[in-house]
Amino acid sequence: MSKDMMTGSDAVALGVKLAKPDLIFAYPITPQTHIVETLSEIAPSWGGRFINVESEFSAIASCLGAVSAGSRAFTATSSHGLLLMHEVLHWFVGARMPLVMVNANRAIGSPWNIWADQSDSLAQRDTGWLQIYCETCQEALDTVIQGYYISEKLLLPVMVMIDGFIISHTMEEVEVHEPQKVDAFLPPYAPQFKLDVDDPRSFGNAALPDDYYRMRKAIQRTFTSGFEVFRDCHNLFEDVFGTRYDLMEAYLCDDAETIFLVAGALTGTTRVAVDMMREKGMKVGLIKLRVFRPFPKHALQKVIAGHQDVIVLNRAVSYGAQGTLTQELRSAFYNVDDNPDIYDVIISLGGKEVFPEILMGVCEGIKADPAFKDEMIWV
Amino acid sequence: MIEIRFHGRGGQGAVIASWILSYGFFLEGKHAQAFPTFGAERRGAPVEAFVRMDDSFPNLRCKVVNPYYVIVMGEKLVHSINVAAGIRRGGLMLINSPKGPQSFAFLKGDFHIKTMDVNAPALRNGLGSKTSPFINTPILGAFAGFSDVVKPESIIKGITKFIPVRTENNVAAFEEAYLLAKSEGNRSQV
Repeated sequence: MSKDMMTGSDAVALGVKLAKPDLIFAYPITPQTHIVETLSEIAPSWGGRFINVESEFSAIASCLGAVSAGSRAFTATSSHGLLLMHEVLHWFVGARMPLVMVNANRAIGSPWNIWADQSDSLAQRDTGWLQIYCETCQEALDTVIQGYYISEKLLLPVMVMIDGFIISHTMEEVEVHEPQKVDAFLPPYAPQFKLDVDDPRSFGNAALPDDYYRMRKAIQRTFTSGFEVFRDCHNLFEDVFGTRYDLMEAYLCDDAETIFLVAGALTGTTRVAVDMMREKGMKVGLIKLRVFRPFPKHALQKVIAGHQDVIVLNRAVSYGAQGTLTQELRSAFYNVDDNPDIYDVIISLGGKEVFPEILMGVCEGIKADPAFKDEMIWV
Repeated sequence: MIEIRFHGRGGQGAVIASWILSYGFFLEGKHAQAFPTFGAERRGAPVEAFVRMDDSFPNLRCKVVNPYYVIVMGEKLVHSINVAAGIRRGGLMLINSPKGPQSFAFLKGDFHIKTMDVNAPALRNGLGSKTSPFINTPILGAFAGFSDVVKPESIIKGITKFIPVRTENNVAAFEEAYLLAKSEGNRSQV
């Protein structure tokens, strides 16, 4: 085990290197650029090929072709690039093709904005991709490796999120895993079916309504049973690498009166805010939502009690409704008798800075006026 | 936790300087984080870079607003940017300038100012041109010498890691500035 200092982009590239995909198709976009720039240089080191395609649509479509032919593939994108992929994102799921894609979360224009915002990936909520949000550079590296494990077991694609700039461009310490350990954790991709002229099969054919319905139902069944694969993945990862990951993490929640729910790098700043508030005697905690799809409803129901208030920190809005994470959490507690008060806070869009003091102010403001419960709160 | 803010111009190497410094801290067993002002960097435009160093993993993800150390890579920046903003009581500002610290007394705040002309060691070691010298390694030398928060050998390892071209020239410029800061520091104590 050795540690090094690297940016989130290089941590992702290292995770990809250790997972050894045969083919990488990508189109550069800020703030994802450094990931693919590094991969274009290092791909030959493990016998991989990097192909710089002409658009994000081509990148994801080429990945579909590569995976259909039995290769392990990778791509990374951000913001408008992810939106351009949208059609093929659906197709990937219907075709039950495994892939790991890293999305550097960035705002969507207009107006142009290149900073952190989760609107791009949360807008892909209903495509059927698994979604995992990372807090640190280390988590980005580890989640890329775990992503292949999960994706190839479930035959569903995995989207790994890092907040643009905040993780992609931040240099911090990262544990560099030994390749043999990664090999022990992640076996080579061995598809049951693939495009093969010696064993011809039909891929992406038309399906009549009843067959289509049956296949879609199977996708949902896989999401439901997918939690077991996550559990196996996290257990094996802990055995091999000594680090524990889960669907979500609860920090100081047991005796908390108020709990922040947050996804992505903002978790770190929220940790600091929670510690500051604890020092002032405020009983607060936080839940880091790591896996967004499948949504860990039961895990959240276990951690959050009815007498607690939850402040959801959103970096995306479903306009005319609520913050995207707020909708999900409220839905998870709809049929629960003793459900918590859930506050809908739009904390940051387009990279708006969040300081611990702002989070403390939000908490104090909500305590002072419970009527905020019925509002969408813009800070 | 120690927080450091670099003020530079796009192309001056503030980001690489922040990487080298954070790596130096890392080598000395500290936990460090380095990141730039996030944006569309243009050559010549004012930029900032930040370093956090702590005994435990730095969780904060917001930019540094109350630095203890501020490093100003070009003296003209003090007229266009509020380089003294938020600097902590008793903190230190290092300015790349041939003028003495008293020339910057108009910068208000309860902090110390040190100056050094780090363009000179850069040019003596062939780093950049007279109009745009590469000063990110000698200014780290001045910083290490004046602050004593990081050992010179740790920074030299960082230079070797992050500057693959003209590495020896950069190390030489760093050492020159470091020794000058050390000798000036001793003199001011007398």
